[in-house]
Amino acid sequence: MSAPESDSAVSAAPVESASRTLLVTLVLCLVCSVMVAAAAVLLRPIQDTNKKADLIGNVIAVSGLLKEGLTEEQALKRIDARMIELATGNEVTGVDPDTFNIVKAGKDPEISTELTRREDVAQIRREPRYLPVYRIVSANGEFKKLILPVYGYGLWSTMYGFLALEEDLRTVQGLRFYQHAETPGLGGEVDNPKWRAQWTGKVLFDEKWKVQVEITKMAIDSSSPEAQHQVDALAGATITSRGVENLLKFWLSDKGYGPYLSRLRHERS
Amino acid sequence: MSYQPKKILFDPIVDNNPVILQVLGICSALAVTSKLSTTITMCIALTVVTACSNAAISLVRNHTPSSIRIIVQMTIISSLVIVTDQFIKAYAFSISKDLSVFVGLIITNCIVMGRAEAYAMKHPPFPSFLDGLGNGLGYSALLMAIGVFRELFGSGSLFGYPILPLDRDGGWYVPNGLLLLPPSAFFLIGMIIWVVRSWKPAQVEQPEYKIYHAPRPEVAS
Repeated sequence: MSAPESDSAVSAAPVESASRTLLVTLVLCLVCSVMVAAAAVLLRPIQDTNKKADLIGNVIAVSGLLKEGLTEEQALKRIDARMIELATGNEVTGVDPDTFNIVKAGKDPEISTELTRREDVAQIRREPRYLPVYRIVSANGEFKKLILPVYGYGLWSTMYGFLALEEDLRTVQGLRFYQHAETPGLGGEVDNPKWRAQWTGKVLFDEKWKVQVEITKMAIDSSSPEAQHQVDALAGATITSRGVENLLKFWLSDKGYGPYLSRLRHERS
Repeated sequence: MSYQPKKILFDPIVDNNPVILQVLGICSALAVTSKLSTTITMCIALTVVTACSNAAISLVRNHTPSSIRIIVQMTIISSLVIVTDQFIKAYAFSISKDLSVFVGLIITNCIVMGRAEAYAMKHPPFPSFLDGLGNGLGYSALLMAIGVFRELFGSGSLFGYPILPLDRDGGWYVPNGLLLLPPSAFFLIGMIIWVVRSWKPAQVEQPEYKIYHAPRPEVAS
């Protein structure tokens, strides 16, 4: 560095005067706010694309379409997102499923209803009135799978995930949590691929379409008829496992997707 | 005072490390080091913020009334942090989800504010920039060391690539679950401080006081 900076910068008012203090504050705030606002506004479109891609990426991952040899773009075309009203099971228009924020919707009193303690099996306090569902269709438009957003409380955190059901609306294609803060190595193993793989092929309803699912610490006897409803619990994570069981029971019940599922069954029979 | 850019830049890495010697910035060192990808993003973010805030604060140091200097520093630092956070959300989305609030909390990282107050307020912009860069690198060096240890022995991988085959996937390595939890970083930092201070005894702090042994009163028998 050549010339040392002059420390006696001469200016109109002395640095310590009140008018100078105000001026410096104003200029600084102006410059900083312009900088922050510019970054926020200019980067917003990229961030929104990221968020959308992230959500749809999770839907694609749970759908099993990539395993069938499709690329992500091809898989994207097979996804038919709809908004449904939970209480009636009717499809609604006017809300864009791509930009619907489940986390926010579950807290917003405008579009969610409070659950009583008895109803609140999944410990989520409030339930959104509308939620997006994703139908997976075959290349010629036939209904193949149904993907439902599900969430509920584990040990430390609300776990957000997707449940994919096969064409019969009974059998699990996959269950995947994309956001949680359970203990790493214990409850955090809900996103372990090995544990997730157990879910594929499990049956969530009995013959009379009553929800039947159990996460058990006992060894599963594969010859018993119960085995198709049972999943091995996570080692060392009793409460997280119970949370997963509870959230499935809640979302498949009449309080959750029940009305929509039964409507879909009637449509398809 | 003689000006030595090399010294300003490299001193904070070992001889005057902000974490090891001054024990600053511990909070984020515990939180973000369980995976290397988050660690490195956090290191880059903090280094950028410290260097830029130092330079910016040094630029306005002669125009800042001392009565509001802390507020001025905070405003500059927090604006830079928000901008950095926005960039990470735009260009490293999956990592930003893992880092969650910790990028935002760089504002409260003592290293940034400490360097602004201790160095940038008294020195010209370029040396201040180097000082910020050096301190950022010192923080990064320690975090990377901890990150490598925690990810390698906690999850058997580095940057997500498996290195040690895990027993749950049929390998031989049983991962140490403690290393995935924040307290393990605390133990590791403690051990690193111990090693560095044994190697460079000049860093050992003098005791603040000595226990005074009062002479025993003579007791008549």
